[in-house]
Amino acid sequence: MSDLILPAILLSSLLPGLIIFTLPEQQVTLRTALNLAGALFKLMLVALLFVRVAERQYAELRLPLLPDIELVLRADALSLLFLTLSALLWLLTTIYAIGYLEGSPNRSRFFGFFSLCVSATTGIALSGDLVTFVIFYEMLTISTYPLVVHRGTPKALAAGRIYLAYTICGGLVLFFATVWLRSIAGPLDFSPGGVVADLDPALYGSLAIIFALLMLSLGVKAALVPLHIWLPSAMVAPAPVSALLHAVAVVKAGAFGIIRVVHDIYGLDFSAAQNLLFPLALLAAFTIIYGSIRALSQNDLKRRLAFSTVSQVSYILLGVAMATPLGTIGGLVHLVHQGLMKITLFFCAGNLAETLGIHKVDEMDGVGRRMPWTMAAFTVGALGMIGLPPLAGFISKWYLGLGSLAAGQPWIILVLIASTLLNAAYFLPVVHRIWFIEPRQDWPSSSLRGGRETTWALLAPPLMTALLVILLGILAGSVGSALYWVELIAAREYGL
Amino acid sequence: MTELFLHQQWLIWLTLLPLGAAVAAFLAPQQARWIGLATALLLPVCALAGILSVTLTHADPITAGGWPTPLGIELRRDGLALVMLAVTALVGFIISCYALGYFPVHDRHYDKVRYFWPLWLFLWGSCNALFVSGDLFNLYVTLELVTLSSVALIALEGGKQALAAALRYLFIGLLGSLSYLLGVGLLYGSYATVDIALLGEMISATRLNHAAMALMVAGLVLKSALFPLHFWLPQAHTMAPAPVSAALSALVVKAAYVILLRLWFEVFPALDTFAVGHLLGLLGSIAIVWGSLMALRQERLKLLIAYSTVAQIGYLYLVFPLAQPETMAAAWTGGVLLMMTHACGKSAMFMVAGTIHHTAGSDRLSRLAGAGGPVGVLAVVFTLAATTIIGLPPSGGFFAKWIFINAALVTGQWWYLPIILSGTLLAAAYIARVLGWAFLDVKRSSYPVIPWVMKWPPLVLSVIALLFGLIAYEPIQIALIGAPVHGSIMVEMTP
Repeated sequence: MSDLILPAILLSSLLPGLIIFTLPEQQVTLRTALNLAGALFKLMLVALLFVRVAERQYAELRLPLLPDIELVLRADALSLLFLTLSALLWLLTTIYAIGYLEGSPNRSRFFGFFSLCVSATTGIALSGDLVTFVIFYEMLTISTYPLVVHRGTPKALAAGRIYLAYTICGGLVLFFATVWLRSIAGPLDFSPGGVVADLDPALYGSLAIIFALLMLSLGVKAALVPLHIWLPSAMVAPAPVSALLHAVAVVKAGAFGIIRVVHDIYGLDFSAAQNLLFPLALLAAFTIIYGSIRALSQNDLKRRLAFSTVSQVSYILLGVAMATPLGTIGGLVHLVHQGLMKITLFFCAGNLAETLGIHKVDEMDGVGRRMPWTMAAFTVGALGMIGLPPLAGFISKWYLGLGSLAAGQPWIILVLIASTLLNAAYFLPVVHRIWFIEPRQDWPSSSLRGGRETTWALLAPPLMTALLVILLGILAGSVGSALYWVELIAAREYGL
Repeated sequence: MTELFLHQQWLIWLTLLPLGAAVAAFLAPQQARWIGLATALLLPVCALAGILSVTLTHADPITAGGWPTPLGIELRRDGLALVMLAVTALVGFIISCYALGYFPVHDRHYDKVRYFWPLWLFLWGSCNALFVSGDLFNLYVTLELVTLSSVALIALEGGKQALAAALRYLFIGLLGSLSYLLGVGLLYGSYATVDIALLGEMISATRLNHAAMALMVAGLVLKSALFPLHFWLPQAHTMAPAPVSAALSALVVKAAYVILLRLWFEVFPALDTFAVGHLLGLLGSIAIVWGSLMALRQERLKLLIAYSTVAQIGYLYLVFPLAQPETMAAAWTGGVLLMMTHACGKSAMFMVAGTIHHTAGSDRLSRLAGAGGPVGVLAVVFTLAATTIIGLPPSGGFFAKWIFINAALVTGQWWYLPIILSGTLLAAAYIARVLGWAFLDVKRSSYPVIPWVMKWPPLVLSVIALLFGLIAYEPIQIALIGAPVHGSIMVEMTP
């Protein structure tokens, strides 16, 4: 009975979304209330679930779809990691989006799809088997498209086409690989240690091909090079969408899927024994370096951040591919840390665009004087990305480095160092411009009461996330931090 | 009370009621709308009661009028009949609601309104009669009734093009029926029965029987518009008024296919179907690719949807080669699932196209530009319905494709994989083209007023199409009652 909490969590964002679709454009108050109520209610439910999972009471719900196929919702520690991140950031992004889109057209459509998008992400987090995962993964593709093309300009539509082309092709390969795997391995429930280890060795060839197909198809959303093209072009979307896309929804769905397949379908032992992980590690390492190098030359701020995402998401995959407890910890904790840091950066980029009309890096000279709070948050996010202690990004890199040594693959350390240098090379000049270069012209002064730099709805979310970036770094060792939870996951995964 | 309720002859009412209402609507054209609506409300109730009475009682077969079998007409009450009746009731109900708005009371073209209702109710009753028919001759008669009422409905729009399309449809229909009837005649000559079950027991692999099979399959293929015999479909489905297009795509092409499905799994298993099965699979594959490519090239929404139907019919024909001994149940179920979900999705799409045509005066894709605001609901209906056409989860189309891919893998017929996958990609491409227009931001000075019956009922249908995969368990269980196939739906490979 208590397992009804799982569908309740799904419905907490789905229902408000469906209602919002039917609301007339002018119903701002009702729409806002529905959005926030849904987000808060969900956060509450997630907190309840959190306590249960910490005590190893896994909730599970099975619904027969066809004879022999079930929809499985299940909450384990890894689900909760992703679920909490998405529930928290959804609340903040909703607040931000309400401020950002104030007065613009088609808001009912926007918030409707926004809620659907989060429902799909929630479903991904709560999927208990690969079939269910595929269902929600595709739902995410569809519900994100209207958000990407929201502005309705020819440029946005072109970006939408690219987005659909990549994700639909990826989804199709994923679908095919899943059907294939289902037909040789039977039910595909996520379970520690995987479900394929006991199969006939004659099938190992097929299993390796399926693994490659799964990695490539999930790699589209996780923006593995060369499947990342859609991500920078999807930058035409409104800032809250970019923020959500980069921090939790789309790219993380891909990364989360890869984690699930490696940990809970193939199993770490099996994947390592069959040498399936080394190519993944190589591809992730290449993506890390490539994304950072491309970020260097981007003048458009959002594009620079997008290439930074390409690079940073692969840290997660690199950590997973090491197949050592420390590497896993580094990768998983980066799932949360990268989300918080990147969403901060995108919120700030959105504030610049919305308040001062700044889109390019070379227009940012001295903007720290006009928007000190926003830019302080931006600086925290950027320094975190570089991995400066004691910020959250440092924790990720530290564990990744330890993991690579434990895995006996010291070359990964070189990748991490090179990437850190490159991160510094594309973020520090921006920080320098913000604070230390004289503005070219005077910024239009604030029209808000008390000379506030921008509205509260736009300012509070980035400040919150920046604060979390600091706290998760400083308090990494204490109960309740992302690191603490991830260590718990790793302990359960490795049976320590 | 329950006894009375359960043992009512609900399935016979499903045929008699619409036929009687058709006559009434013809005689009292002023009241035709209300007669139509009342019938449309009653039929889903009858269908539900019929399903309950079969699933709860497992009673003996019913014969019309209570005459014993050789004399009376025995009704099929198996799962396939039940689910098709249910889908027809659902889609028919929505089409009827939509038609209330599409044919308003004070129409300039009074004839359209006057003739639509009797013909539509007649078509509905004929479809129901076809689904419960258990012998080859009744199937022929009902199929003919379906064709004739469809022809008249296509011609309803008037105008030269519509008449030409209707006439062509009539000739094609007659040719198909004739071919089918010849096959029936051959079988009757050999076995002196037209009962499907009896034939299935007696038939043997003789040359004559193979000729009969070829004739019957050819006739049904023509009627269900499998490539390359699909040439009549796009015009016929485009020229008809939108509610009719919806019925044609959702129900009429399925009627011929249902007959083929019955024959293939109940009469033909004793024959050598290897070559025919693979030929149908090949044509189905070409239909998928060709239909989708043509859909991609269309500038008019209705034509695009019609070509999409051509492609979807191609998927239905993959059932025959994929139904190998170990995947018999899987392929059959996949076909039935696809029929059900396609009926919901495709009819909703045609209704959207009709509404756009109705309000904007043309169904060119460019008319969709900036379909926000009050017209936005049309874009939503179209998108939701399209999920099942593309095969995105959680629609029924997704699981049907799942079953097909699984069956192709297990039986080692890997060449169907690229066909199914490329068909999916092409479908996504032509749907994305439509959506691209809908999301294009253009300022409109005014929005047309759309009657609510033309917006919300199709929305219901499209939501069902989208969620069909989540609610398919019960319908599939019902469909499998008395099904001619046994075994697992999700077959696992043995290394």
